[in-house]
Parts: sequence; structure tokens; C-alpha cells
Amino acid sequence: MTEKKIRVLVAKPGLDGHDRGAKIIARALRDAGMEVIYTGLRQTPEMIVEAAIQEDADVIGMSILSGAHMTLFPRVMKLLAENGLDDVLVIGGGIIPDDDVPALRDIGVAGIFGPGTSIEEATHFIKENVRRK
Amino acid sequence: MARLITMIENDGDEARRALADLYPYTGQAHIVGVTGAPGTGKSTLVNELAKVYRGGGGQPIHPAKTVGIIAVDPTSPFSGGAILGDRIRMRELSGDPGIFIRSMATRGSLGGLARATADAIKVLDAAGYEVVFVETVGAGQAEVDIAKTAHTTIVIQAPGLGDDIQAIKAGIVEIADIFAVNKADREGAESAVMALQMLLDLDHASRPTFHHGVMMGAESSYDESDSDLAPSQEQGWRPPILKTVALHSQGIEAVVEAIEAHLAYLKESQTLYQRERERIESELNDILQQELMRKLLSRVKERELDELIERIGQRELDPYSAARELIERERFA
Repeated sequence: MTEKKIRVLVAKPGLDGHDRGAKIIARALRDAGMEVIYTGLRQTPEMIVEAAIQEDADVIGMSILSGAHMTLFPRVMKLLAENGLDDVLVIGGGIIPDDDVPALRDIGVAGIFGPGTSIEEATHFIKENVRRK
Repeated sequence: MARLITMIENDGDEARRALADLYPYTGQAHIVGVTGAPGTGKSTLVNELAKVYRGGGGQPIHPAKTVGIIAVDPTSPFSGGAILGDRIRMRELSGDPGIFIRSMATRGSLGGLARATADAIKVLDAAGYEVVFVETVGAGQAEVDIAKTAHTTIVIQAPGLGDDIQAIKAGIVEIADIFAVNKADREGAESAVMALQMLLDLDHASRPTFHHGVMMGAESSYDESDSDLAPSQEQGWRPPILKTVALHSQGIEAVVEAIEAHLAYLKESQTLYQRERERIESELNDILQQELMRKLLSRVKERELDELIERIGQRELDPYSAARELIERERFA
């Protein structure tokens, strides 16, 4: 059997136009042996979930610096549930206040990796928590 | 369907069974390969072509056709990972249930088109997508492989990327059914077109032609009064060279018309039938090789292999004799 690869969808939802962080994490995940489907800027939750379905993504990583995380994450989680994608690992990065993290955890966001967290942490977290195929 | 493609990428018995089940439903889709160097605008062009097939542009396609897109990007030989970024150019296509886009990494298939990609095409074909675009970086074996797998192959070039006659790979002329000079609003577009025209003229002049049923070399004099058919008709399809500016949606309808015209040509000239047979033969060959190797290697203990490698290293044995020894020892037939 061919080696199974972890497929990670990296998206920047909403209107925020700063993608340097997302690109850095994309490259790091590639260097860690993962296949990164980089969808870029201005993604709507609908586009993200559509891509996750077509690409059979194991992980969705959303980078949000605009402060709209409390709207965007719930919308994505809802669409994932509606489409039966319960075992996709959802993580977030960017500017997300610590105070909001518990609420995000409650709706199913598995991990938040804000500035200051190392890339190794995120990579390790993915490898530990991704669903088995 | 997405999970099926994943299963196929990971190979295994279940994937094989699924492929066996869906194979009877394949053979309907028009497979269009799109290849070219990085930076030529492949994804942008595919995005525009898909829009027209879905009923956009001047509506040369009516009724709209469903579109599958497989975008292939290289796997890093060092990390085994990949960045699959072609969807970025296709955001306009989202939300349309008549389009399915899948990004695939080459996963180390020696520069050519991965077996998994050819199988993923079958999934989209069997699922009923009428046109399936396969987009790959034209490097090494990939161009040849995609030309074998696709019915129609589009080769994209862009001016300013060193596309003078020396830089254009000779093999491209044999592979391309359609040439698209993208970013044609840039300087050098005309030279790129002319360079391609020259290459096509050279190629057609040197190609052996059938004249009254007898194969003749290029040098033989061809007396036009002898034949009912003009040389261009005897030689069949001459790839059109089309200028596009995909970013501004310019020149796209002409490419779509050329794609449709090529399919019509394939059907009328019976070339489709012949190409299909060649494709199947090539695929069967690949699979046989793969399966035989797998079967053989599954019976060989790693220790045995290591021992042989050691002996070859010590010059006690040459690799050919080693291979023969291994095959005879295993007697896998």
C-alpha cells in the first residue's frame, strides 16, 4: 500500500488580507510531509467546506486575524456537521484571544495556535489528533 | 466520491474492487489534459474554460456540461509533502454543483502522471462528469503520460519565459493538440506564436505521409495533382495556436471551440478508437509491471535483498545476474 498522507486544507476566511502566517504554516506542514491544499484569501465558510468535501481533507486550518473568528468558526462547524464531516480536525491560527478559546473548543475547534506557538507544536498536534484512515 | 479518490490514492484491495466496479461506467468523459511550465497560467486557464463549459462566455457550449478538474502538483522529494495551490485560481467555480475540483500530489511517481491520477479520472468519468480537465506541470515524463491519458492535450506557453524556438521542447509538438499562448498581452507573444508555427511546419514537413497507401519519407516529392486530398487533410489535425489572456477571460471561447473540434475530429477520423486502444495497452503494461514487481517483492525477504545488494557492491555479482537469480529463486509465475 502507498503511504497515507495527511491532507490539510489551509484557508483564510473573511476579509482579512494578511496571508503571510498562513503561507508559513503551509510550507511547514509540507516540510512535515503533509499535503496542503492552500485555498488562499477571502474564503467563505461555504467555500471552505465545499473544498474540504471534494479534497477529503483530514484537517482544516483557518487563519483569522480580523477578529471575526466567533462568527466564522461556528459557521464552518455547522456546515461540517450538516455534511457529515464529523471527524475532520479543525484548528485555528491568527489573532484569537485566550478568552474565546473555551467557547471555540466547545463547538469542536480542536486547537488554537496563535502567535507565539511554535510550528512544531501545531504539526505535532495534527499528527497526534488526526483521524485514522 | 472524494473518499473514493482518497482510497484509490492510498491503494489497496478495496480500491481495486471499487475500480473494477466502476470501470464499466467509464469511457464517456472527454478528458482534456492541460500542461505547461510553472507560471504559464494553467489553473487560470482551466478556471476560464470551466466557466465557459458551464454555460458562460458567448455560450458556445449549450447545454452546459458538467466539469471535473484534477489539478496535480509535485510532491517534495525531500519531505514527501506538497503544496497544492491550484484551487486559489478557481474560486469563481465554487458553489456550482456541476463542478468537482480535486487537488492531487504526484507522490513520487518518477515525474510522470501518477497511476492514482489516471484512476481518479476514471472515478470522475464514471460519476458522469462530461469534461474532465487534468492539469499538470509539464516536466519530464508528465507531458507524455498526460498525452497518453487525455483525448485532447493543450500545451500552454507564455511569452517571456524563454519560449524561443530553442527553448520549446521538440516533443511538445508531437504531444500538443492545441497550443495556447497565454498572457498574450505581454511582449513577446507574437514571437512565441511564430516560434510554435515554425516548429509545427518543421514537424509536419518531416513527418512521413501516407500517399496512395504507401508510406513515404519526407524527402519524396509530392505531386499535388496525384492526390485527391490536400497534404493538410492527409496529415490530419494541425494544432491551432491560440492567444489567450486568461486573467481577463480573453480568447477562451476559441480554445473551447478548438477542444470541441478536436473531439469531433477524433471521432470522425477513427483516431479516437485507435488512441483508446493504445492508451489501454499502455495502462495494462504499467499495471502488469507494477503487479508483477509487487508480487515478486512480497516473496523476497528484506534479508535476501540486502544480501544480494551486498554481493553486487562487492562485485561478486552484477545486477542483471542478481535479478535473474532472484526471479528464478522465487519462481513466482
